[in-house]
Amino acid sequence: MPNFIDRRLNPKDRSLGNRQRFLKRVHDELKRTIRDQVKSDRIADVDAAHGVPIPRRGADEPSFRHSGASGERDHVLPGNQTFSPGDRIRKPETGAGGGGNGRGPGRGEAADDFLFILSREEVLDLFFEDLELPDLVKLNLRETVTYKPHRAGLTTSGTPTNINVGRTMRNSFGRRMALRRPSERECRVLADEIAALEGEERLSMSQRNRLAQLRQELEVLERRRRRIAYVDPVDVRFNRFERQPLPNASAVMFCLMDVSASMGEREKDLAKRFFVLLHLFLKRRYERIDIVFIRHTDEAHEVDEETFFFSKQSGGTIVSTALEEMQRIIMDRYPSNIWNIYAAQASDGDNANGDSERCASLLRDELMKLCQYYAYVEIIDERESEIFGTTDNGTSLWRAYRTVDGAVGNFQMTRISRPADIYPVFRKLFARHQPRSARG
Amino acid sequence: MAKRPASSLLFEGSEWNFATLSRAYDAIEAIAIGEMGLDVYPNQIEVISSEQMLDAYSSVGMPLMYQHWSFGKRFVFESHLYRKGYRGLAYELVINSNPCITYLMEENTMPMQALVTAHAAFGHNHFFKNNYLFRQWTDASAILGYMDFAKKYVAKCEERHGPAAVEEILDAAHALMDQGVFHYRRPPRLSSEKVTERARERLEYEEQTYSDLWRTLPTAGGNAGIEAAEQEALERKQALNLPEENLLYFLEKHSLILEPWQREILRIVRVIAQYFYPQGQTKVMNEGCATFVHYFIINRLFDQGRMSEGAMLELLASHANVVFQPDFDDPRFSGLNPYALGFAMMQDIERICTRPTDEDRDWFPTIAGNGDWRGTLLDAWENHRDESFILQYLSPTLMRRFRLFHLTDRADERFCEVASIHDERGYSAVRAALARNYDPGVNRPDIQVVDVDLLGDRQLRLRHRVKSGILLNESDRDATLAHVRRLWGYNVSLSGVDAETGASLYECSATAA
Repeated sequence: MPNFIDRRLNPKDRSLGNRQRFLKRVHDELKRTIRDQVKSDRIADVDAAHGVPIPRRGADEPSFRHSGASGERDHVLPGNQTFSPGDRIRKPETGAGGGGNGRGPGRGEAADDFLFILSREEVLDLFFEDLELPDLVKLNLRETVTYKPHRAGLTTSGTPTNINVGRTMRNSFGRRMALRRPSERECRVLADEIAALEGEERLSMSQRNRLAQLRQELEVLERRRRRIAYVDPVDVRFNRFERQPLPNASAVMFCLMDVSASMGEREKDLAKRFFVLLHLFLKRRYERIDIVFIRHTDEAHEVDEETFFFSKQSGGTIVSTALEEMQRIIMDRYPSNIWNIYAAQASDGDNANGDSERCASLLRDELMKLCQYYAYVEIIDERESEIFGTTDNGTSLWRAYRTVDGAVGNFQMTRISRPADIYPVFRKLFARHQPRSARG
Repeated sequence: MAKRPASSLLFEGSEWNFATLSRAYDAIEAIAIGEMGLDVYPNQIEVISSEQMLDAYSSVGMPLMYQHWSFGKRFVFESHLYRKGYRGLAYELVINSNPCITYLMEENTMPMQALVTAHAAFGHNHFFKNNYLFRQWTDASAILGYMDFAKKYVAKCEERHGPAAVEEILDAAHALMDQGVFHYRRPPRLSSEKVTERARERLEYEEQTYSDLWRTLPTAGGNAGIEAAEQEALERKQALNLPEENLLYFLEKHSLILEPWQREILRIVRVIAQYFYPQGQTKVMNEGCATFVHYFIINRLFDQGRMSEGAMLELLASHANVVFQPDFDDPRFSGLNPYALGFAMMQDIERICTRPTDEDRDWFPTIAGNGDWRGTLLDAWENHRDESFILQYLSPTLMRRFRLFHLTDRADERFCEVASIHDERGYSAVRAALARNYDPGVNRPDIQVVDVDLLGDRQLRLRHRVKSGILLNESDRDATLAHVRRLWGYNVSLSGVDAETGASLYECSATAA
């Protein structure tokens, strides 16, 4: 008799520690992959689980191995049909050796053939990493939508507290009628009659028969009443509640970017992270978010995301064209009484002579009345950041926007040169905890 | 046909429970021990879920294993293949230990559980207990205790020295696992629990009482002449017992920079490598033995009327899948199936013993027609590894049945040449070539420590004896050398020397980054 042991109930996830070690090991590689994916993905896709190829670097296990590209080998293979000694067989074009060198096909390479799935949390962790967000903000961004129960019809199952008494009794009444359950009154009439007869001193024959008959009838009625319940489980109805996500107003997010030649790869990458972060924030608050991309040189166009980030355009720089385009689109499609309007503008600060003042006044007098929030980042060189860091000096656009910043509350601007600089632009946005009065 | 009484069946239907498992076990044991004469360790049978099976996969089949990221990687990889349906899980997993632990998957049907019990708890178990390689190289009764110690020790080191430091050592040690085995001389036995315990206590005592002051004391000789130092170095080199084939052993004993706990971790990895060394050399025999045993046992059970025809059909289908051997030009081909080859050879031995042909009498004069196939098989299982087993027992009948042919393949040519096939002139050559393919001495790079310049720059010299012109994969080689350097502490060089001509083929080294 052997020793049987049932291990099925042993604690699970014995390999969890090893998985975490593995993730940590390939952390840098994963971070790079996620960053690349964020660069090429659509803004709205960042906030989801990602498949990541098993990283090669950092996760390979070297050892002294024979290389397939040298030397002389012998293979012994089964299934010879036509060969005789001395025959020569052309080697397959790819792969080492004559095909059957005893290893499973592609065992060495298979390791990076597949994706492994990082959860949404793991992705956001990696995305947040060098944005230096405060923990509370991270928590807020990660938290999923909150729900509130709403009445939604009736159901046949539920908890006793949710019983809908009215509906239950109506069902019970209908059933009792249909099955002709004797009522209380019918029984009482019979019982009274029986009592009256029993009260008589002497009973005639017919009275005695009548009494027996009445007793029998009463018994039938009572049996029937016992059979057909007053309230049967089939009558019971419960109120049903459906969880609905909290206020679902719609928001539109405008992404404005200067795409003239001075915006290089680095600037666009920073700008994209800036837009992604705003989108993450909005997604948490609004069920529906439209994103409008407006790029501009000396004229502005609404474009799709692909064109926005990846195609090049040459020309001068007139920022006000973008603001005018945005204003036009709001008038056309996003009336501000229905939509919450957010805007994020990224630029390197270049602007045509004299246009900056026009931008400032456009913002101050027109757009800021429509927008919930307007964030402006000026992407500068790391070296410049030391010079300009905190001063008000700078490009004409910066100086012009400073005047708006002072005058309007929900306008934010900052200069960034590193990913970590992005967050402060949104600080005010994230700090606002009181429920927003969603319009619409 | 008279209906068999239902009570004689060991089980009905596909559901299993512990009562039917144990009834089947007893019936199987009676056949295995009584009729086949197997000799096994006591069995411990554990039922596990698929997730636990994946866990076991990723820690190379050991029930206890220290933590390392590479196991996490393997887990992610295996579970991906499993979830996508590319690969099924094994029905069982068996551990060479005393008591012999067999894992059964909970998803198996009852007939499968019976098959797997016969296969693992008796076939593999007998092989582990009796094969000379396992008896010499592994210590079944000590391994579980040792793994328990290893797991706790590594965890303790992580606590004390930080996971990063431990990981670095483990990475380097894993890279040298193939070179961490004594191939030629028998390894020192895993000493008894008591002795290792004492050694460990001493180590801990030394660590606790370590005082940096002692290091500052002048050495006894003061400034003895260079000559004395030279003499000492010579002696030391002799004491190093060079050349040394076990790189991990050498580094553990003689590395100039490792601390005691780091040496202990090298030793743990080395012991595990040593433990798995026989398994790689006996794949065909081990699986063949287990498959032969389960095939015999389920047939006997059926003959005794203890298993229904339905169950038997299920098992035969499963057995046929296991021993399926696709031809070389079949898309499913991935080398010779060790189950198919081993099982076919053992059945063939049974045939040669009982119903030999004239050809068999020529080829196997000692066993042909001796009638004692059980004794012959038990002897083969005990005294061979794959290479010698094939060289000794692969018969012309079987070569014809598998239609084996022998290809020579030079990497620099665009054609392979058919050297010999399954005909009168080719039998010996095909058989010898196949046996050579199972020789670990041929298949793994031969790298040894040949010299250490203790007086000068303390460079460690390794030599790779290149056989048949097969070189090392260069990127892997350089990365592994870097690991050796990390363990040795000083520069390391590796030279490739042709095994026959002695000509130098390449030279490379790992220096401080």
